[in-house]
Amino acid sequence: MPDPVPVSLTTKDFKSDQEVRWCPGCGDYAILAAVQSFMPELGIPRERTVFVSGIGCAARFPYYLNTYGMHSIHGRAPAIATGLSTTRPDLSVWVVSGDGDALSIGGNHLIHALRRNVNLTILMFNNRIYGLTKGQYSPTSELGKITKSTPAGSADSPFNPLSLALGAEATFVARTIDSDRKHLQSVLRAAAEHHGSAFVEIYQNCNIFNDEAFEPLKNPATRDDYLIRLEHGSPITFGAQGQWCVIHPPGGFGLEVKETASVDPAEIVTHDAAVAEPAYAFALSRLPDLDLRHTPIGVFRRVERPSYDALVREQVATAKAKANGASQEEQLAAALASGDTWTIG
Amino acid sequence: MAKQVRQLDRVVIRFAGDSGDGMQLTGDRFTSETAQLGNDISTLPNFPAEIRAPAGTLPGVSSFQVHFADTDILTPGDAPNVLVAMNPAALKANLADLPRGADIIVNTDEFSKRNLAKVGYTASPLTDGSLDGYAVHEVGLTSMTVAALSDHAISKKDAERAKNMFALGLLSWLYSRPYESTLTFLERKFAARPELVAANTAAFKAGWNFGETTEDFSVQYEVAPADLPAGHYRNITGNVALALGIVAAGVRSGLPVFLGAYPITPASDILHELSKHKRFGVTTMQAEDEIAAVGAALGAAYGGALGVTTSSGPGVALKSETISLAVALELPLLIVDVQRAGPSTGMPTKTEQADLQMALYGRHGEAPVAVVAPRSPSDCFDTALEAARIALTYRTPVVLLSDGYLANGSEPWLLPDVASLPDLRVEFADAPNAPNGDGFLPYLRDQETLARPWAIPGTPGLQHRIGGLEKADRTGDISYDPANHDLMVRTRAARIEAIRVPDVEVEDPDGGAQVLVLGWGSTYGPVGAACRALRSRGHAVAQAHLRHLAPLPANLGAVLRRYEKVVVPEVNLGQLAQLVRGRYLVDAISYNQVRGLPFTAAELEGMLEEVVKNA
Ligand SMILES: Cc1ncc(C[n+]2csc(CCOP(=O)(O)OP(=O)(O)O)c2C)c(N)n1
Ligand code: SF4
Ligand SMILES: [Mg+2]
Repeated sequence: MPDPVPVSLTTKDFKSDQEVRWCPGCGDYAILAAVQSFMPELGIPRERTVFVSGIGCAARFPYYLNTYGMHSIHGRAPAIATGLSTTRPDLSVWVVSGDGDALSIGGNHLIHALRRNVNLTILMFNNRIYGLTKGQYSPTSELGKITKSTPAGSADSPFNPLSLALGAEATFVARTIDSDRKHLQSVLRAAAEHHGSAFVEIYQNCNIFNDEAFEPLKNPATRDDYLIRLEHGSPITFGAQGQWCVIHPPGGFGLEVKETASVDPAEIVTHDAAVAEPAYAFALSRLPDLDLRHTPIGVFRRVERPSYDALVREQVATAKAKANGASQEEQLAAALASGDTWTIG
Repeated sequence: MAKQVRQLDRVVIRFAGDSGDGMQLTGDRFTSETAQLGNDISTLPNFPAEIRAPAGTLPGVSSFQVHFADTDILTPGDAPNVLVAMNPAALKANLADLPRGADIIVNTDEFSKRNLAKVGYTASPLTDGSLDGYAVHEVGLTSMTVAALSDHAISKKDAERAKNMFALGLLSWLYSRPYESTLTFLERKFAARPELVAANTAAFKAGWNFGETTEDFSVQYEVAPADLPAGHYRNITGNVALALGIVAAGVRSGLPVFLGAYPITPASDILHELSKHKRFGVTTMQAEDEIAAVGAALGAAYGGALGVTTSSGPGVALKSETISLAVALELPLLIVDVQRAGPSTGMPTKTEQADLQMALYGRHGEAPVAVVAPRSPSDCFDTALEAARIALTYRTPVVLLSDGYLANGSEPWLLPDVASLPDLRVEFADAPNAPNGDGFLPYLRDQETLARPWAIPGTPGLQHRIGGLEKADRTGDISYDPANHDLMVRTRAARIEAIRVPDVEVEDPDGGAQVLVLGWGSTYGPVGAACRALRSRGHAVAQAHLRHLAPLPANLGAVLRRYEKVVVPEVNLGQLAQLVRGRYLVDAISYNQVRGLPFTAAELEGMLEEVVKNA
């Protein structure tokens, strides 16, 4: 991310003149509004912000922001953004993708961008369905999901996107929900401040093809018992009265939910997003049950690691510094004449 | 004993041995010595796809052919005059290419029963009379090398490995080559191990001295320098020339170069070479696959870099969707396809010209791009610059079609004066362009080039969105309007047709030829050599060679119609011929061969002679 410079922009400045064309009630609207109203806070001029997207409903996003933007092709946004981010450190480069775009056709580019730690903020709108193509199951749809292409139920096990990102050793991994603007913006802020690849999964409701997919996380009757709000440095407890907590059972590999009253408070895991070893965040990502019970949201992992683009630019800069005052033309003449040469005439 | 010296005007030597015998290096060194002497040269390496096929087997044979002459030459030569065979496999694999009477230098030490059996010889060809028509020189290359190095403190294995230097010394003596460059080379190569410098130098000298003293070689040969244009030269392969052309395009445009590539034979050497030139602001990225490679290059181009991606057929096929996006985005992008024999993995180390129609048409929708092809190894440099010129001036993807023959073949290159290279500077959009004074129209075109403004992120006030959805003329807004789509499709086609390319030149020194040979890309050498040979025998024949395949030169139709017959030789099943027939309604004769090898001049000469006689 380029250094903030004093610019005073408002939400309105980030709205483009294009008519927004998602279905009424789509969760994408809430995400767009949250992003538009959050962008001024970053203090980055609009011309230095670029949104690159793939294909899908989510991928229409760049059209609606008055920044630079490219609506590219299905699954390839991380690759395209990598070339841009590597050559243009002065830009703040964002990728917007859907669950199909990022994890199916573009799965390869996603994991490689994450392992390289290219300086990108990747937002994946997960509606657990293919929206734009009208409702086929996606790589995050539940096993047995009945859709147009799986009338007997899908036979594919879904990806856990955060586990995947953590397996690729992403340096910033977070999850948030379309319906919680405050949380969404706090996660975006942390992601934007991160140097390297930031991966943010945003649960997004597709009210046409997969309505209420995240309902238990939103419904006041269930959400307190289903959602785990991660706060860096705080013990992980949840429930309306904090009656649930997360512990690391001795001898086990993962984390477990227990009744707070039943454990020694010292046993409760204190959330630390900076743990170098991805295993901890991975264990957090494995907490939710199939019915979304015990879904952590917030920043799972946030560690520093040199970014690919910075390392590559450093190599170029080091090589350039060896010029010893020779012009590019003089150096080119020397490069052309390298190796064995001879003169005729 | 003073030996007789005989003058020759040209020689073709093929060094052949096991992959581990160092034949490529031996050939390279001989080429370099020959270059120093001032001969014209053309080389052709031929190596197996396997990195180390089992030793002594036919699939493991690696060879390097060098043709050198006292006149300018166009090909590595059809058939060797001299074969150096380091083992029975090398003899067996190459014998069929030798004309009767050719010299064969064999390393007898390797002709053991076991090695003979490995390649199916039941009796030794050295004794069973099967080489009777050739001048066979039996030399114990390994044993003599080991003997010559007996007082060197190196392992037996290292001593044996120096046998290629013994062979090089012998050949260098035989053709009176200046060898200083080889000695300096050895010093550099083995700088960390002085004992190997000494051993290899000693082996080279032993080979040279052996030539001088042995009775077996009674004659020493000389090939006088060729009358080449004055200047500074280096020997260069197509891949290195192409990489340097890209570096030069970066320098002359003032743009950073970004290469996205995924390794593939025979294109990888361009990635290797470019990764050495970071000081010119060249960034090379080895991507996770070809799709990412071209995507990253396109992303860099969007940001104002010269975006380049290099691959071969299978990889270019993967890039197809992204190239179409670049067509829609109207951004500059250079796609290099070093063609190899397909389909599928085909014969990765063998050459072919069968990606022409993929380059022209291999995309969804009406997605025209510019296509260019180099004609020789050193021409890869100029063609890369030309491809960059077109991409940057017209804001379009350009496909450059090289091939395995050009990529690995080499020839002397008259070094260009950097200041005389084309000026490729570009102007980015920096202000609103709407006729009413405010607002930015990303698809408002330059009237002459039909290019849209290149407004790179970071430019204040020009924020805009681009994408693969059809765009409205001028505004670039999403549009499903039928008339607009029709206009945009036609405009994208017109943009390519509007690219200015030089007229195609016709070479017809005798004048009045009835037959025109039309070629493209790497067939230039063999076609040119065949035409020369025909002319020297009194037949008139005209040659035209295309560098620009899209758009085609404006005068091409008129040129084709001037001749009674048009012959189009291609290393594919007639892809250019089909284009020419369809576009100009010319009844072109398509001549094809797809054996993974370049045409030989002789076969083209024979074919053309028939056509000329019947014209
Ligand atoms: C190469 C290619 N294959 C298929 C498609 C069709 N397609 C468009 S979007 C999409 C899936 C989108 O799903 P997701 O990424 O989850 O986005 P959503 O629409 O749900 O936001 C598919 C299959 C395409 N545009 N390009
Ligand atoms: S199909 Fe679903 S995801 Fe797409 S716009 Fe409509 S509601 Fe939103
Ligand atoms: Mg989806």
